[in-house]
Amino acid sequence: MDQPSAQDTAASPAAAIETRGLTKRYRGGQLAVSSLDLRVPRGSVFGFLGPNGSGKTTTIRMLMGLIEASSGGARVLGEPMPRAARTVLPKVGALIEGPALYGFLSGRDNLARFDAADPTADPRSRARRIDAALDRVGLTAAAGKKARAYSLGMKQRLGLASALLQPRELLILDEPTNGLDPQGMREIRTLVRELAEDGTTVFLSSHLLDEIEQVCTHAAVMAQGRLITQGTVAELVAASRGRLAVTTPDPAEAVRILKEHGVTDLVVQDERITGELPSVEAGPPEEPPQGAEGPLDLAELNAALVHGGVRVRSFGTERASLEDVFVSLTGEGFDVAG
Amino acid sequence: MSQAETAAAPTAPAGPVKATEPAEPTRAAVPTAPDAPRPVSPLWTLSLFRSELAITFRRWRTIALLGVLALVPVLIGVAVWIETRDGGSVGAGRGGDEVGPAFFSQVTNNGIFLVFASLATMLPIFLPMAIGVIAGDSVAGEANGGTLRYLLVAPAGRTRLLLAKYAAALVFCLVATVVVAVAALTVGAMLFPHGDVTLISGTRVSYGEALGRAAVIAGLVALSLTGIAALGLFISTLTSSGIAAMAATVGLLITVQIVNTIPQLHIVHPYLFTHYWLSFADVLRDPILWDGVVKNLGLQALYVAVFGSAAWARFTTRDITA
Repeated sequence: MDQPSAQDTAASPAAAIETRGLTKRYRGGQLAVSSLDLRVPRGSVFGFLGPNGSGKTTTIRMLMGLIEASSGGARVLGEPMPRAARTVLPKVGALIEGPALYGFLSGRDNLARFDAADPTADPRSRARRIDAALDRVGLTAAAGKKARAYSLGMKQRLGLASALLQPRELLILDEPTNGLDPQGMREIRTLVRELAEDGTTVFLSSHLLDEIEQVCTHAAVMAQGRLITQGTVAELVAASRGRLAVTTPDPAEAVRILKEHGVTDLVVQDERITGELPSVEAGPPEEPPQGAEGPLDLAELNAALVHGGVRVRSFGTERASLEDVFVSLTGEGFDVAG
Repeated sequence: MSQAETAAAPTAPAGPVKATEPAEPTRAAVPTAPDAPRPVSPLWTLSLFRSELAITFRRWRTIALLGVLALVPVLIGVAVWIETRDGGSVGAGRGGDEVGPAFFSQVTNNGIFLVFASLATMLPIFLPMAIGVIAGDSVAGEANGGTLRYLLVAPAGRTRLLLAKYAAALVFCLVATVVVAVAALTVGAMLFPHGDVTLISGTRVSYGEALGRAAVIAGLVALSLTGIAALGLFISTLTSSGIAAMAATVGLLITVQIVNTIPQLHIVHPYLFTHYWLSFADVLRDPILWDGVVKNLGLQALYVAVFGSAAWARFTTRDITA
């Protein structure tokens, strides 16, 4: 008994969220999440990606103790969930599947209601904390309006405000920019960055890939209830290397030369050629990268083309976006999983 | 000063202090450390109950329900007043076969009987229906609106939330009863004589004592509603549709009331939560007959225990997917 607990305390400072074999099978037999091993480092802005129906929300609900895992377990802020919900959840702010408000209450009273539900919230500082949260999401002017008169974007902001009623160690934001106009999206992204700078771990689920790419330091990709990959955003993008793109009026000759230099998967489209650069990993790992047999130098390749009489209009690599990574990993577009 | 310095010094010789020392300076040095627990007062937990009351009574639906409940005694009072204005008696042409403690005939003698008449009229259906709406909607309505998940991640705590919901429902039982009683008392005092009161056993008591008995009766009526409040709460934990839970609770109430009138089913009658409801009339006897009242309260306690536990068992294990 002593040993695991010692291990746990050692692991807790590093991970804000850690799941082991987390599985949820609904009563109908549908497997929503299948042995998920997720690790969200403290201080990260963690993007949680996946098509609709890939098990993101089920995972979040299990992390928050709303639904019970069929097997496996989760630790949030180092403590087991849902057992330690009472001590963990006051340190966690959450926006789950969009905001839910009492339409007959004003924005301010909605926040007071959710704050009153937290037994660790001091009623004496309630009004002040509510004002601060409203101010932070830019909703002070509309605070007295009944929530049913709010637009979707305002509701979203109020939901965010309720996640910010206390200083939090972890924020779980499920599609936080849903329903916001571009300006609002930018404000929320700025807010997320500010919170992350203050040391709050942010777990952000989104279907907007560029949003994840702009804001997140880490990301995980889910598809059909399984975790496909996780790591830093830089790693993920690097793993799916950019493709070489050459524009030339002499495609036939160019293809021949590119092939000689080990470029594969060549696609010719009129005057535009794209291809896969020889991968670094293909070479022996102990060989230094700058060696003669190392990765192809793009300058050399360009020189070879020109030397071979190919007139080059443009030459370069197309940087892979997270979307490319996503599509290459899931083998599908961003559609609803059947 | 010097004492504090000595205590804070790491080489403090005092034995018992030593054990806590390593923790103390660490916490003091990093007051904003994430693991430092915020000082929490146990009283703050009552905020949820206050909030629950506010949510219940600030809703237009609740105000409307209470308004309707207040209106019924007014209607009864005015109807009796109109019928008896010319010196006739209530239900004179109906053969006089009075069913149960309706108290209507006594209203013209003393306005306070309007309280008893109203409660006796409204306890079988109106009052429990209002409770059914409030209790049935309590959890299911939050699930329907999605606010349940935010309350639970706040974290309200499932047991705590359920207790707050039930406590608010009980407060509503009392408020609803008091609203009916006060409306009836007011209208009764305005339209009919008030003075010494003749109890149903024939004894005369002062108006003051009659008021006391009315208060006891109002309390008993409110307690009579605790059973259906627990039942409604349980049904509310079964579904994510507030309307369905309300309808089911009220439907069950009506079914029980019908079963209670079928003589062939007399075997189950003593177990129906409505069966002893009208026992409150015995408080108007001299001496008071506590038999039925005790049976009623025992039965209500049984229902609260059974359906309260069922609601707890269901709600604490349920997956919140709404």
